[in-house]
Formats: sequence, structure tokens, C-alpha cells
Amino acid sequence: MTAGEPAGTGAIDGDVRLPPDDTGEALDLPASGLTLTFGFGPSLFRDAEGRDRFGLADRQPEALRDLPHFPGDILDPARSGGDLCIQACADDPQVAVHAVRNLARLGFGTVSVRWSQLGFGRTSTTSTSQSTPRNLFGFKDGTANVKAEETAALDEHVWVGDDDPRAGWLVGGSYLVARRINMTIEVWDRQPLGDQEAFVGRTKGTGAPLSGGEEMSEPDFDMPGSNDQPVIATDAHVRVVHPDVHGGARMLRRGYNFVDGSNALGGLDAGLFFIAYVRDPGTHFVPVQLAMSKSDALVEYLEFTGSALFAVPPGVGPGEHVGQSLFA
Amino acid sequence: MNRTLLALCGATALVATLGACGTESTAPSDTSGDAGDVQALTVDSSADACTLSAAEAPAGTLTFDVTNSGDQVTEFYLLDEDGLRIVAEVENIGPSITRALTVNAPAGSYVTACKPGMTGEGIRGELTVTESDDEVEVSSDEQELVEAAEANYAAYVEDQSAQLLEKTEEFVGLYKDGDDAAARALYPVARTHWERIETVAESFGDLDPLMDAREADLEPGQEWSGWHLIEKDLWPQRAEDYTALTDAERATYADDLLAHTEELDTRVQELTYTVDAIANGSRGLLEEVATGKVTGEEEYWSRTDLWDFRANVDGARVAYEGVQPIVSEKDAELADQLTTRFEELQVLLDAQREGDGFVAYDELTPEQIKEFSDSVNALSEPLSRLTAAVLS
Repeated sequence: MTAGEPAGTGAIDGDVRLPPDDTGEALDLPASGLTLTFGFGPSLFRDAEGRDRFGLADRQPEALRDLPHFPGDILDPARSGGDLCIQACADDPQVAVHAVRNLARLGFGTVSVRWSQLGFGRTSTTSTSQSTPRNLFGFKDGTANVKAEETAALDEHVWVGDDDPRAGWLVGGSYLVARRINMTIEVWDRQPLGDQEAFVGRTKGTGAPLSGGEEMSEPDFDMPGSNDQPVIATDAHVRVVHPDVHGGARMLRRGYNFVDGSNALGGLDAGLFFIAYVRDPGTHFVPVQLAMSKSDALVEYLEFTGSALFAVPPGVGPGEHVGQSLFA
Repeated sequence: MNRTLLALCGATALVATLGACGTESTAPSDTSGDAGDVQALTVDSSADACTLSAAEAPAGTLTFDVTNSGDQVTEFYLLDEDGLRIVAEVENIGPSITRALTVNAPAGSYVTACKPGMTGEGIRGELTVTESDDEVEVSSDEQELVEAAEANYAAYVEDQSAQLLEKTEEFVGLYKDGDDAAARALYPVARTHWERIETVAESFGDLDPLMDAREADLEPGQEWSGWHLIEKDLWPQRAEDYTALTDAERATYADDLLAHTEELDTRVQELTYTVDAIANGSRGLLEEVATGKVTGEEEYWSRTDLWDFRANVDGARVAYEGVQPIVSEKDAELADQLTTRFEELQVLLDAQREGDGFVAYDELTPEQIKEFSDSVNALSEPLSRLTAAVLS
């Protein structure tokens, strides 16, 4: 499918007495840059009672544990967790949905779908050649993302190293943290522009830090502002999650905006489907999320409604299958 | 618990208002000719001249004592540099009458004009307003409104805090004595006083989590305390496998809540409020309604959300009414809209009254909840423009 090929014998070339192998909605569409990323959740290795499910328990990485409860989490179990995950990304959402739909269909009987989430409008740059897209708060999001060109930073922050003897199969892979973050859109929209910018710590237009410069300028957290307060507020998002206060920890963000219609009160059921790839969630995600839950001004306008962690094995070479290193 | 931290003591950056506003007083000013005040100018408007006492004045609150020495009614205008836009004006100055015009004028070049006979473009001159350290202050009339609003709101908060303390004392006594029915009845009554001043209470970032945290708000390792812990113990029906607190535990949490309420009351006495903080507080309380009360999240165990809803709206309306005279002068349409929409929301609330209080949240139909939500949205939108209107 990543080459633009259909599933099986395709959507229209099979026996007319049989349901088509391929569901057909991607007919005539190009591959659209489709990528498929697979991950394994903690529950694939052990069940809730800690019992070995498939003889893989001795290979469960130390860092692959359910994420802790964070303040403000109101997680929906039906949108959280899971044994396996597939992230399908494409330039055309129809192509991405086609991939997930056909893979799920192939898996019926062996696997079942626990939850899925459709997103749009990638929220972070993953290459220096891209400009930073905006989230549904209207702000550029993911300015400080690790970029594909930063190979040393990728090794340091994204790719799993060989320091866990049980996770040899994961060396060169990564951890995928997924968080469904609802935004209270209507309340946010009533905040004065000056307040919105103060919450984020950046200007809404260019995305420059409030301490000045351009989007990519480093924020100056010590710069004095009015009323004996720093110009970037102490609870500004950019300060609270900045690598400087988290031992230099950075993430490879690859999230999307989502709108799942409206809720019972007529508000948008919308927000950010946060996806980050990190070398170790214990050092690169949990402390950052804790700090955010505790002291980030933005949290007032956020509700965390879904959460999951997966170990993503390294890429598949010719003739290999997904997770070969784990199941070998 | 919520995280709205409204700056109450001037931590909000106030941008000096550029749109100068003028007010005229009908009585002749008795300060004219005070040579010591360089911001007090005199204007002599005659039939063929418009003579100011100075060609320069430092920025700030300028007063023009305009004396009509001609024999026709005159007007005096302060215009922008291009002489097109009226910054402030005083009209209807009869012969030999002096009228004062007060203007918050930032530095810049201005055009002055006397218009004897009220025709034509008038007799024009120039005025340079120079930079000064003087804050751009509001006019004396408005200053009175502002001071009244600030004092009234401080008194309101102190009064609510005192009642909160009194009711909390009574509540924890009942709870410790095991008089659960009476404690349950008093719970929403006492909390009404908290919810009316919730944005103020929440501004104490150390006390709020100890007093008003919900279970889901806790950080790993943080011990739960405060109102909602006791709420759960009094209404354990929705809890799974709940173990009731022992008498000793009850006493601990009850004493703890009372101690924090006393601390809150002490701190509240020290607070002062600016008009923009009051206006922001009004908006903030409606946000509390939108995010916690309409959705039935605040009082998960007791289902007394509508009491809190009403109390938040009370507090928001008191804050609004405090600044309403100022807004009425500056944006009467906004003031009218807000007044109407507060009334409309109140009608919906009153329809759910039961005895001295309100029906339980569970008794509302989805349609009624939606109606509340729509009404809150209808009020919140114009309310989000209140602070700017107050400062304009």
C-alpha cells in the first residue's frame, strides 16, 4: 500500500462472487506518501495481573510500562492503551484511512480494533525544509521539534540505545507516546490575544518567543518584563516544557489536529492528537507531562482524554517482517 | 480545582489607553490660573481668537478651562495632528461661561480649535503634548466610579469570605459529630460562598489545591484533602468499593479544611482589586461555569453542581455590576447586552430552584443542560469584551 498497490487482488479485479480483497476507496489515488508505523503496547507482554501472555514477558523493555496518572487526566479507557498500534500517515487522509481499514480487516480473528483516531494538519515540522503548522489554538506548534537533519539529536533523544538487556530487539527503534488532548475551544476563543500569547510564551503571528527575535530564536527566560515579572511568564507553555528545564530532553513530535464533530453541549470535540517519539518515556516524556499538568497555563484549556504507550521496533528491511527482532 | 489564576494585585500589564476620552463639567473650574499645574491650561475663546495659556503641556490628564469671551456660543475641540479626528470636545459654552474639559492625552501634536458660532472649521491652533512620567489617568468623574467599584468589590469578597468561614465552621462541626444529614444539607450552602469568589480563592495557588482539588487533579504522591474529599465521604453512592473515613480521619480533614479557610480569610483582607481584575474575574467565573458546572464535573459525588453554578453566576454578576457604570459610559450597547444576558441566564437558573436550593444535576434533562450551556455561551462572548471596554 505504501507503493500505491491495493490489498490482495485489489478492489475490482477479483471473482465477482466474492467480496473484493481491497476496500476500494484508494482506487485512482496515488500512494500519497503513505507510511506505516507499528508499535507494541505493554499489555502485549503482560496482562493486567502481570501474567505472561504470549511468552514475551522476558523481552518487555523496562521503559514499556503504562504511563502514570497525570493530574487533569480524565482518560477514556475506550480511547487508551492497546496491545498493538498502527500509525498510518499520508498526504491524503483517505489513503491513510484505507490502509488502517484494510489492515484491520486482514487481522479480524487475530486482533480487534480497540480505538482509532483520525487527525489532520500535521502539527509539527519534522524537517528543516518545512514551515511550522498551527494547532487548533491558532499557534505554531512544534517549533523546537527534533528535525530529520539533526542526526546526533535523533540518536540522543529518539532512537533506543542498547542499555536495556531485555530490549535488544528494540535497539534502533523508539517509543511512541500517544495522547488525545481535547481543547476547550470555545473558552479559549474568548481569551484576549495578549493572554493567549502569554499562556504560550510566543506571538501568535510569527511564533517568535515573547523575549523577541524570530520563530527559531531561543527564548530568553531571564529577560525582565513589566511588573517585576519575566517577559515570558513563569507558567508559559514554552518555559514549562523547554528542554532546558528537563535535562535537555527533546521529542520528535508527529501529532495531528483532530475534530470529532461536536459534543452534547454543541462544543467542538476537538484538539491535538499528540504523538511523540522518544528514546525513553521515563526521561523524555513523563517529567515533561508532569510539569505541564502541574504548572502550564495552557492546561486550563486542555483535557487529556486518551493515552497510550508503544514500543516501535526499528524499520523493516527487504524480506523482513514487522517486529521480526522481537518474535525471532 | 481549576487553574485560573487571575492577577488581582496589578500583575496585569495595563496598556495605557490611547483613545483619549473627554468629559466636561458644568461648573466653572476653580483651579484655573493655578500657575503651578502645567497640565491645567486655560483657553480664551473670543470672536476672532483662540488663545491657549501654553503651547506645550506634559502628557497626562490635561484640563482645559475654556472661557468664552466672545458674544456667541462657542465650542472647543482637541483634534489629532491632522486636525480631522476629534479627540475630545466641549460644546455649548455660552458667552462669559467657563467650562472645563478633561482629557487623557498621550504625547504628540494636536490641533486645537475654538468654534465661535459653531460654524466652519473654527479658529485653529497647535498644541504639543510632551513625554512625561505621568501615568495617563482617567478623568475625575470616572475615577470616582473606579474607586467605588474597587471598594465595593473588596467589601463583597470580604463579606463572602466571612460567611464562608462561618458556614465552614458549622459544617465541619456537623461532619465531625457524625450528623451527616445536616452536613449534607449545609455543604452546598457553605460552598456557595466559595464559588462566588472562586477566582479570588484560586489566586492563592498554595491553598486552592488543598481546599478544592478533585481526585483526578492530584499529582502522583499528592495527598487529597479539602471539600471534595469530604463530599465523597458524605455521598459515597457513586464510589466503587469505598471505605468510609473513621472518626479520627474525619476530624483530621475537617480541622484541616477549617484551618485553610481561616488562612484564606486572613489573606483576603489584604487584597485590593483593580477594575480590570474585577472585570477579568467576572469572565473567569463564567469560564468556571462553562468548564466545570454545566458539565456536572465539579460536584461529582453530591450532584449539587447547580448551587455552584448559581454562585459563580452571582459572583460574575456582582463583579460586572460593579464596573457597569463605567462600561455604560464607554460602550452602552455592551452594557445592555450583558445586563440582558445575565437576566436570561438567571431565569433558567430560577426555573431549577427547589426549596432553598436547586435540583440535583442528575435531574436535568440533556435538553436543559444544553439550554444552560447555550445561555452561558451567549453571556460569555460579550463578557470576554468587558475588560477592554472598562479600560478603553
